[in-house]
Amino acid sequence: IGLAAVHTVEVYTVDRELTRAQLERAARELLADPLTQDWVIAPYVREGFDWAIEVGFLPGVTDNVGNTTRVAMGELLGVTFEAAEKVYSSRLFLVEGKLGREQAKAVAGLLYNPLIQKARVMDRDEVMREGGIELPLARVILPPSDRVDEVDLEVDDDALMLLSREGIPDDAGGRAGGRRGPLALSLPQLHAIRDHYREKGRRPTDVELESLAQTWSEHCKHTIFAAQLDEVDSLYKTYIKGATARVRKMKGSADPCVSVFSDNAGVVRFDGRWNLCYKVETHNSPSALDPYGGAVTGIVGVNRDPLGTGKGALLTANMYGFCFADPFYDEPLPTRDAAGKVPILHPKVVFEGVRKGVEDGGNKSGIPTPLGFIVFDDRYMGKPLVFVGTLGLMPARLGGQPSHQKAARPGDFVVVAGGSVGKDGIHGATFSSESLHEGSPAGAVQIGDPITQKKLGDAQLEARDLGLYSSVTDCGAGGISCSVGEMARESGGCEVDLGQVPVKYSGIAPYEIWISESQERMTYAVAPGTLDEFLDLMRRRDVKAAVIGRFTDSGRCVVRLAGRDVMDLDLDFLHDGLPALRLESTWTPAVPVDPEFPEPADLGATLVEMMGRLDMCSREYVVRQYDHEVQAGSVIKPLSGVELDVHNDGVVVRPVLDSLSGVALSVGILPWYGDIDTYGMAAACIDTAIRGVVAVGGDPDQVSLLDNFCWSSSDEPERLGQLKRAAMACFDTAVAYAAPFISGKDSMFNDFKGYGPDGRPVKISVPPTLLVSSIAMVPDVRACVDVQAMMPGDLVYVVGTTRDELGGSEYYGLRTGKRASSPGRVGVLPTVHPEAFLPIYRAMHRVIARGLVASCASVSCGGLGAAIARTAMAGMLGMVGDLARAGAEDLSRSDRVLFSESQGRFVVTVDPARAAAFETEMHSVPIRQMGEISDGDRILLRGMDGKMAVDVDLADLKRSYKRTLGW
Amino acid sequence: MAKPRALVLTGYGINCDRETQFAFELAGAGAVRVHVNDLIDGHDSMSAYQILAFPGGFSFGDDIASGKVLASKVRARLGDEVERFVDAGNLVIGICNGFQVLAKYGLVPRLDPGRPAQTVTVTFNDSGRFEDRWVSLRAESSRCVFTAGIERIDLPVAHGEGKVVAAEDVVSRLEKEGSVVLRYVMPDGSAAGGRFPHNPNGAMHDIAGICDPSGRVFGLMPHPERFLSFTNHPHWTRRRDALVRKGQRLPEAGDGRAIFENAVAYFR
Repeated sequence: IGLAAVHTVEVYTVDRELTRAQLERAARELLADPLTQDWVIAPYVREGFDWAIEVGFLPGVTDNVGNTTRVAMGELLGVTFEAAEKVYSSRLFLVEGKLGREQAKAVAGLLYNPLIQKARVMDRDEVMREGGIELPLARVILPPSDRVDEVDLEVDDDALMLLSREGIPDDAGGRAGGRRGPLALSLPQLHAIRDHYREKGRRPTDVELESLAQTWSEHCKHTIFAAQLDEVDSLYKTYIKGATARVRKMKGSADPCVSVFSDNAGVVRFDGRWNLCYKVETHNSPSALDPYGGAVTGIVGVNRDPLGTGKGALLTANMYGFCFADPFYDEPLPTRDAAGKVPILHPKVVFEGVRKGVEDGGNKSGIPTPLGFIVFDDRYMGKPLVFVGTLGLMPARLGGQPSHQKAARPGDFVVVAGGSVGKDGIHGATFSSESLHEGSPAGAVQIGDPITQKKLGDAQLEARDLGLYSSVTDCGAGGISCSVGEMARESGGCEVDLGQVPVKYSGIAPYEIWISESQERMTYAVAPGTLDEFLDLMRRRDVKAAVIGRFTDSGRCVVRLAGRDVMDLDLDFLHDGLPALRLESTWTPAVPVDPEFPEPADLGATLVEMMGRLDMCSREYVVRQYDHEVQAGSVIKPLSGVELDVHNDGVVVRPVLDSLSGVALSVGILPWYGDIDTYGMAAACIDTAIRGVVAVGGDPDQVSLLDNFCWSSSDEPERLGQLKRAAMACFDTAVAYAAPFISGKDSMFNDFKGYGPDGRPVKISVPPTLLVSSIAMVPDVRACVDVQAMMPGDLVYVVGTTRDELGGSEYYGLRTGKRASSPGRVGVLPTVHPEAFLPIYRAMHRVIARGLVASCASVSCGGLGAAIARTAMAGMLGMVGDLARAGAEDLSRSDRVLFSESQGRFVVTVDPARAAAFETEMHSVPIRQMGEISDGDRILLRGMDGKMAVDVDLADLKRSYKRTLGW
Repeated sequence: MAKPRALVLTGYGINCDRETQFAFELAGAGAVRVHVNDLIDGHDSMSAYQILAFPGGFSFGDDIASGKVLASKVRARLGDEVERFVDAGNLVIGICNGFQVLAKYGLVPRLDPGRPAQTVTVTFNDSGRFEDRWVSLRAESSRCVFTAGIERIDLPVAHGEGKVVAAEDVVSRLEKEGSVVLRYVMPDGSAAGGRFPHNPNGAMHDIAGICDPSGRVFGLMPHPERFLSFTNHPHWTRRRDALVRKGQRLPEAGDGRAIFENAVAYFR
């Protein structure tokens, strides 16, 4: 369509009496830039456009710009805004171009997300006729609500399940027969609650039932991971925690763990003075609905985990991981509704929204985001996976006490600080226990506010160092119901007055105040002796803080409103009353048959094509938009090389600027392997994550791991069988590498239920996906290495053994002819041999630490071909080599040698002057010198038959590598 | 003379305060992070310091425009004190978001005496994107205290709004009167001429940093506090490799330290 020009106007709508002079002063001195902008006090009636599109937020959606403007105008003009007096921001697009109304509406459709925004489209005549453009104010107007209902559970099972699926009956807002949204409790759980109240001789209040639903949710209690599965009493206890317990015992005094699985993030030792804590979360369902809001809420949300670990940590690095469908997908999209009117968001829209959300969440919080990954598979179309993680730094001791210990004491005040409660963020915890469907509540979507949280985090660290609180935890899923309920276990009880909880507007029901997940809040236990100082500090830092109750030792969680009890639950029942779940699984092994196809005539061309594949290509477009250098600790950056455009296998940061020690971070994620066997997948994920940190200088004997399971349909026996095998592999592999899990999270129902283009119901389930994140100590960052070849004449070695292991490989993916699909259940998966690989990793660490290696690339996705290509592209140097000398076992085809994804391998380059020392140090592990670096601009590799198999120009490789996502 | 004292401002989304404090300490200053509200309500006072730093970050989330709201707040609540501080011969540096604050306040370039008024703005990058990348810079003004002895320096930029824009007559005065301190150049030192990514934001005349007529108030988009260590530079592994093969020792410091050392040396 023909758009001649688009001009944007930032619109500030002030819902308060102000004089024209005051408005003009605000516009002139605050709102408009004197050099690049012009301003006008509404109405806007200028010529020079054909269509006007104004986009603003829906009532109750966080409007950060509006909120800031309100504060800044008040300060500039010396006026006070009352609670209900707000400023609303919106954006006006003035479009020049010959468009019909339908076309103008289509343009508007690209400019807003109806879940959180509204838009108005007017042509010039309408604007002139109405004397301007005005969006309805996004004022929240609600009837007063202090109603607390009792819920009758003495009903039949069908009625109980209706209650679980659709929520407590509620006719608020005149919706006869309306319900509040899912509780997502199982029938046995509902029976346990019913029996508990039968014993007490009363009905539960809605506050109690909603609170139980939050606390017992899959999100909070991980019921599936904790269930009795076949003969295993809890996969989590047996295989994840079990591995850590075993490893800690094995390591004895070298045990790096300080606090694991007991807090919001796992804590490990950095040096004697400092500890590190690390947590990785997912935020999938909200990101499917509002990619930007979901992602920014996700990253700002996981920041609160280290803030709420022990007495709280400084946030020192973020990581991200995205699983998306093909961003170039060009077929009709599935719809949420049967009528085919509401398509799901296009994968590219999801990609860009999520990317931007993590950008704003990280950059605005001043946390570097050096590490990340993106993988593509069309099965992520309905539910994208959005992983977000944060590394924190805390002094090992605070005021003479270990910083990881905390305890709310009876008599301590319950203080909530940060943001206020709104209707946004109701049912987030139970929401993530469900698959996405037509009726998914938009109220679960929020927009994070990094600055409110930055203020809170800064103030908290000041309060921490002054010893002003005895315990802290974050308000995440389940809001204060979970945070206060959790801290109450430390003291033995709590009493809360809902009337004291800060709210964004009136009319929020009591149960909503209790469970709302409104963001940017932390909960503190503050002793009476330090309360005044704590509150005074928060006031001076412009952070909202309110005393909402006391911690007790009554054994009960009591919630009051206006003097009456609206909740009175035994803490034991709240936390431990949920019935154990029993599940059974099945497993159907894949038959390891490799696909048959002729060897390509030109493997160089194949390598060029491989490097451009979605899973292999450069993500520089994303990397550059994430500040990865703030805090000044950057050592090994995401990109390296002469032109700084080739990805490294891990990153290294110095969290403590006056120390030369660092930490290396990397990840392993291989969803396609899971289609063949999730055991092999999980083992390879761990191996890849460990190899990634070793490749940049991390110590394999000081690695800790985090697990994030993102499964689908976890009520199906076959999926549970896959889960069980993955968990078993986690145990076996982590123990074999003596690498403890320190934290983890799982998300079990990443399914989308909707309708295909033909109107038939479809279900899109993500492939079983495991992310393993690794963190390793780097004794001296000056020894770190990256991927780039340094000098012509350097020798190229393959470390490790190449086997005929191409199942689930990128090369088989290429054979499917699709951009983002699994190669399927064909082929032999790479097998992890820790007994052989650990000596390799230890030897590699020694040669890197001794400075014997010029460059190092981990061999992973795309095999030797990809590792060689990255080494050469980064160094802008050619290579001459021979695949027959690459250390392959039982392989005769050059393409299989080049693209096998056998684990436990590296490609390293070595200065010939150091080759003897390198080979001596590596004498007990398999290494082969397969070639050398040349000063040419080609990679030349002889094949297994002695003929030239790869002859490729670096410029062609790089063009392919950078073009695919070179937006 | 005793150690000069540096006040590193913090609060409201400023986020490079810790490393800026560290940079001043490495350079030999006594550096303290002070919340802007502690200056407003009198818990602390600028009069106890000789150097005032507006660090990078996202004050007020860049809402309305980068640096605008903090500039407005500082002018409204601390204006007299800040201007007295400058006129008393002290040093002020604004880095990235801090530069945006100085420019929107009018403390740089402040070509004319009297109350500061905004004559230069720092606005959205031509790419429309936040950019984190290293740039090559040439130092030009002989007057700027902070860049004494620096000719060329590599530093990282990380911003979405870094494009320096001013009216033509203001730009020509900046050039003529020696207010341009740092300019983006090609890696070989030749003019960037607006070419992306060497000029990462489209700034007029490749301007990356400017100072006031006294040379004591300096604002720049690149981050010298992110290059305190040799291992911060994106090519440090290449440089190490070359040095090691020649049997030479590795340096320890990054070039960014010089800017803070110059500030400290000014008071020695």
